[in-house]
Amino acid sequence: MRPDKQGHFGEFGGQFAPETLMPALIELETAYREAQTDPEFQRVFQEYLRGYVGRPSLLYFAERLTKELGGAKIYLKREDLNHTGAHKINNAIGQSLLAQRMGKKRVIAETGAGQHGVATATVAAMFNLECEIFMGEEDIERQALNVFRMRLMGASVRPVSSGTGTLKDAINASFRDWVTNVRNTYLLVGSVVSAHPYPMIVRDFQAIIGEEAKAQILEREGRLPDVLVACVGGGSNAMGLFHPFYEDRQVHFIGVEAAGKGIETGQHAASLSAGGIGVFHGAKCHLLQDADGQITPAHSISAGLDYPGVGPEHSLYKVTGRAEYVSITDAEAIEGFQLLSRTEGIIPALETAHAIAYLAKMAPQMDQQQIIIVNLSGRGDKDVQSIANVLENF
Amino acid sequence: MNRIDATFEKLRQTGRKAFMPYITAGHPSLAVTREIILALESAGADMLELGIPFSDPIADGPSIQRSSEWALQHGTTPDKILQLVADVRQQSQIPISLMSYYNPIFYRGVSSFCQDAARAGVDGLIVPDVPVEESGPLAEAAQVAGLDLILLVAPTTPPDRMQRIATASRGFVYCVSVTGVTGARDSVSEDLAPMLTTLRQTTDLPLVVGFGVSNPVQAGLIAQRADGVIVGSAIVDRIHVCRDDPQAMLVELHAFTSDLSAAVHDHA
Repeated sequence: MRPDKQGHFGEFGGQFAPETLMPALIELETAYREAQTDPEFQRVFQEYLRGYVGRPSLLYFAERLTKELGGAKIYLKREDLNHTGAHKINNAIGQSLLAQRMGKKRVIAETGAGQHGVATATVAAMFNLECEIFMGEEDIERQALNVFRMRLMGASVRPVSSGTGTLKDAINASFRDWVTNVRNTYLLVGSVVSAHPYPMIVRDFQAIIGEEAKAQILEREGRLPDVLVACVGGGSNAMGLFHPFYEDRQVHFIGVEAAGKGIETGQHAASLSAGGIGVFHGAKCHLLQDADGQITPAHSISAGLDYPGVGPEHSLYKVTGRAEYVSITDAEAIEGFQLLSRTEGIIPALETAHAIAYLAKMAPQMDQQQIIIVNLSGRGDKDVQSIANVLENF
Repeated sequence: MNRIDATFEKLRQTGRKAFMPYITAGHPSLAVTREIILALESAGADMLELGIPFSDPIADGPSIQRSSEWALQHGTTPDKILQLVADVRQQSQIPISLMSYYNPIFYRGVSSFCQDAARAGVDGLIVPDVPVEESGPLAEAAQVAGLDLILLVAPTTPPDRMQRIATASRGFVYCVSVTGVTGARDSVSEDLAPMLTTLRQTTDLPLVVGFGVSNPVQAGLIAQRADGVIVGSAIVDRIHVCRDDPQAMLVELHAFTSDLSAAVHDHA
């Protein structure tokens, strides 16, 4: 589906941005629409996806996991095998090509867990762009390895101490930098969030995941899957998988949010499952807020899901029933992390482990003729140390 | 005629420009905010921009971020701010425009927010994350309630877009003088003069300049071209420094804003 001219997905999305940025958002949309219909741009994008990212990523039949769970056939879309180890690079390549097309020599980005920051620093190094990454002080401590990676690749990492010192504050800081340096700077948003046209652009650059998965499953099984499962923080890996199946109504979409310490504790990041509708970071969407409309901090063991808002197109999927949104606690995610490691020899990112944990609940309820594709959005090397700390007595 | 229009009309007759301080409500406390408003008026403020603190103020620099965090930590809510305005109205008829990010307004419901604000004695709304494209529902609710929805133009706004914004704005046009967030700067941006020239050709609304104005010299220079000057962060910083001693703060603020007010009023 296409958003309207101002980027509304039904009642959601839009452009709730300071006036200083509006001309830049309009310029970005124009540049993107031109790039979309420019065969040369598309050719170059595909070339980097193939030659640098390593696409197409595999669609792997998880035979032992399927047997262990004893229900539907499980396929894993292996975005963890991409260069830099997650789906984030697809979007970083696409947008950095767009930045160059627009003549911007400086890119800035926000990051939570550091995966999007690493992806942005990576492409900035390859394309020789000046790169600054905004990251919350708390996340810098939690993700020291990714900070080192970004610096190694020539990016400067700017600590953000305001607010809660996490992803949402890093996004605030990147907006403030963009407001100040908008004339020469490209803001490389990492998820399907923010003001139009970002949710559309990020979705389109991530749609390669679902396009490949569709072709691969048709080749392997001769039919479409019954269920798609993906974790949802901002929602880019989920939207990238879901979007190409949008018109295939028989394919059920399940987005898995972070229930943190439990929805009932209030310490979670499940904006679709437990939040209300509001306007945050440029778009109308579901979000976590108090009775006065102040944004409340999210909690998740996974820094990549630790975000109080969500992409507006997911909000539309939620209210129209096109997708179902469920949630998985920190403790369940750790079980999912171990389950996939133990049964398949694949260590998933903690974000992805939420999708695995839900899979473990649903697959046994389905019959053996049914097919599930899970987006294995990232690899878990970055999380091994923190899980080791949690599982001290393991 | 509402208080904003009436004030500009009166100023126009005497050839004077408007001095409009910004403060964050609840910084350092709602009780002191009330005293600050009265002190600002006695120092010569013609209008007031009163900020509703928000958890994620993306258009604001460090000073207003800090004052907003402070106010929220000390229990400031939209309800209490509207009550404060109603209290101030017992003693003062200074035009008050509320500055709020959109979510607190949206969450309450745009109609009820506007009705409640108007009933408390608010005159205008400034909502930095609602550009003209998204302003429809809020503009309608504001109009029904009798509030001015004041729109912003920026140095990056192209001329045809300025015209569209000026046509939709009510009360005045808020001219953002710098490409950046709020916060004190030392000089007057070179972007300002061409922006004001373009706007003069497209609208009869008063043009009020804010962002980056921190001292009487700048304020005076801007008053030569604009119809009003907003000073925010420089005032908020002084409030923050004296937050533990309200009496000293009021004396300091009175002195500082008297100078600003004089610079704006005696610009010629």
